[in-house]
Amino acid sequence: MATPTVTKAGTDVDILSGLRRKSDIGGVLFRWLLLGSLLFTLVVLVVLLGQVLIDGWPILGSRLGDFLSTGLGSKPETSGIVQGLRGTFYLCLITAVVAFPLGIASAIYLEEYATRGKFATFIDLNIRNLAGVPSVVYGILGLTIFVKGPGIGAITGGSTPFAAGLTLACLVLPVVIITSAEAIRGVPTQLREAGVGVGATKWQVIKDHVLPYAAPGILTGTLLSVARAAGEAAPLILIGSVTGFMSGHPAWWDVGQVRESFTAMPIVITAWARQPQEGFKVDNAAAAIVILILFVLLLNSAAVVLRNRFEKRREG
Amino acid sequence: MTTTAWDISTLRGDVRRQRKERRVKVIMSAAASASILVSVLIIYSLVLEALAFILEVDYATLIDIGWFPRRGIFDLRTIVAATLIVTMIAMVVAAPLGLAAAVYLSEYAAPRTRKILKPVLEILAGVPSVVLGYFALRFIAPNIITNLFSSAKPANLAAAGVGVGLLTIPLIASIAEDALTAVPRSLREASSGLGARKKTTTLRIVLPAAISGLTAAFIVATSRAIGETMVVYIAGGAADSAIQTYNPLEPGLTMTAAMASVASGTDNVAGMGLTFQSLFFVGFLLFLMTMTMNLIADRFVRRFRQEY
Repeated sequence: MATPTVTKAGTDVDILSGLRRKSDIGGVLFRWLLLGSLLFTLVVLVVLLGQVLIDGWPILGSRLGDFLSTGLGSKPETSGIVQGLRGTFYLCLITAVVAFPLGIASAIYLEEYATRGKFATFIDLNIRNLAGVPSVVYGILGLTIFVKGPGIGAITGGSTPFAAGLTLACLVLPVVIITSAEAIRGVPTQLREAGVGVGATKWQVIKDHVLPYAAPGILTGTLLSVARAAGEAAPLILIGSVTGFMSGHPAWWDVGQVRESFTAMPIVITAWARQPQEGFKVDNAAAAIVILILFVLLLNSAAVVLRNRFEKRREG
Repeated sequence: MTTTAWDISTLRGDVRRQRKERRVKVIMSAAASASILVSVLIIYSLVLEALAFILEVDYATLIDIGWFPRRGIFDLRTIVAATLIVTMIAMVVAAPLGLAAAVYLSEYAAPRTRKILKPVLEILAGVPSVVLGYFALRFIAPNIITNLFSSAKPANLAAAGVGVGLLTIPLIASIAEDALTAVPRSLREASSGLGARKKTTTLRIVLPAAISGLTAAFIVATSRAIGETMVVYIAGGAADSAIQTYNPLEPGLTMTAAMASVASGTDNVAGMGLTFQSLFFVGFLLFLMTMTMNLIADRFVRRFRQEY
């Protein structure tokens, strides 16, 4: 920091020593208190990860392959998470397919087309408000519109991955819009001016210059939103995801299952954690958590790495 | 070769090109309207059944011994009190930790330290809430809460509150850090120039200057804590009903957990009249509470954006 330092006593710099207080115990303590809070958070994270690893180890260490490939059952020793994995996979897929184009197009509209009028301000406020709506309320939306809505319910087939995916798409839409809009805002104006200057139309400038430049930022936001969707449980409970036993055992690539009853990783974890039996409650739940965390952290770290590279490129 | 007449329409370009431009604009604005449609649909899905509940419910059952939706007893005090308890405990945990983390990262950390420590918050932000629920039930409740308070039940609201708090630390830290970095460097330099120490500058100059952003951070985090479902649903210790209590060491149901419980009673979300409609009524209350808080927070955020 910028505090003056006295190099040698008795030299002409010595005048400064009168100005310098001897020690700043309060300041040092304050600094350590702040750092301590951050380190405490780190410790909590380490304890959390350690606890689930230790709890899940009996399964992860002995029958991981079996755990990943068998379905839900009535005994902890023979239960697996394959239905949860498949459910979460299809949920993420549907969420991404619906929310990305909608969200990115909204962001393009807000940043490139909308004039600073009442309509744009209203949309903007609305999006920020949507981002704060509790996820369980999105579950009500999903239940009323996508599961039971006249017409829509017949298309989605009721409590299915299709309906749940659409609900999660609504849930992450504000996140996709906000992060994409930020990325687009970061594109230098000169890039657009240069494009228009050589005769490109607005859409050509957006498609060929703005979007490629903003792509890493947009991708970061979309990856984070998929991670968010993968970890959400509350809306799925409201929609009527299966929390008990499931007989259906379709293959991974059987697309027809998006219109069948379903479960998902967070739901499997919740159901197991609430069981009275130790085997389900501890071993199975923790093992499933480890798998879910691995998946979510993989997406998150991909997003962080992308963003760091993106920032470096801009600086360089 | 014929000469073409040049006028202003030539500059405008090909008609097909113009039409395509217009079409693109329409598509983009339609997409932007989708978010409004989502809002409208949320309100639509809440209001109808919530209204039906208000019209049909016997008001005496709204103040009773507890929350027993399947027996037609809907004591709102039970779930509102539990929500407030959990939210308050969450904020007691998250506000100091999140704020301190933000101050350290924005005022003290060297760029390299920042690069190492910031991901800690980002990883924590990415941890799904069901995981925090499991952690609250399996670690916080037995190892911390019951050790500190011997009268605590094995699963209790306090443990759930701490879990929700851990979940909101990254949120507070990230909004607060934005608010702190928005404070102009010149204020810090002026303070140091007058001889203030780093700590004094931070506490007396930077924090007060960022106050509107910090307030926003706390309001947003409170709203998030109110809306958090899974931690309480897993760790709160109440299956699908709860006796009225104001004691955080007892099991309980928050508004959100009560909704999840009503919905998960059977694998098919259905059920008879009022029980099912109470879901929507509580959801509507929740929506109003969080929306009000988010709108207030938005005001504060805009204020710090305007100031600097």
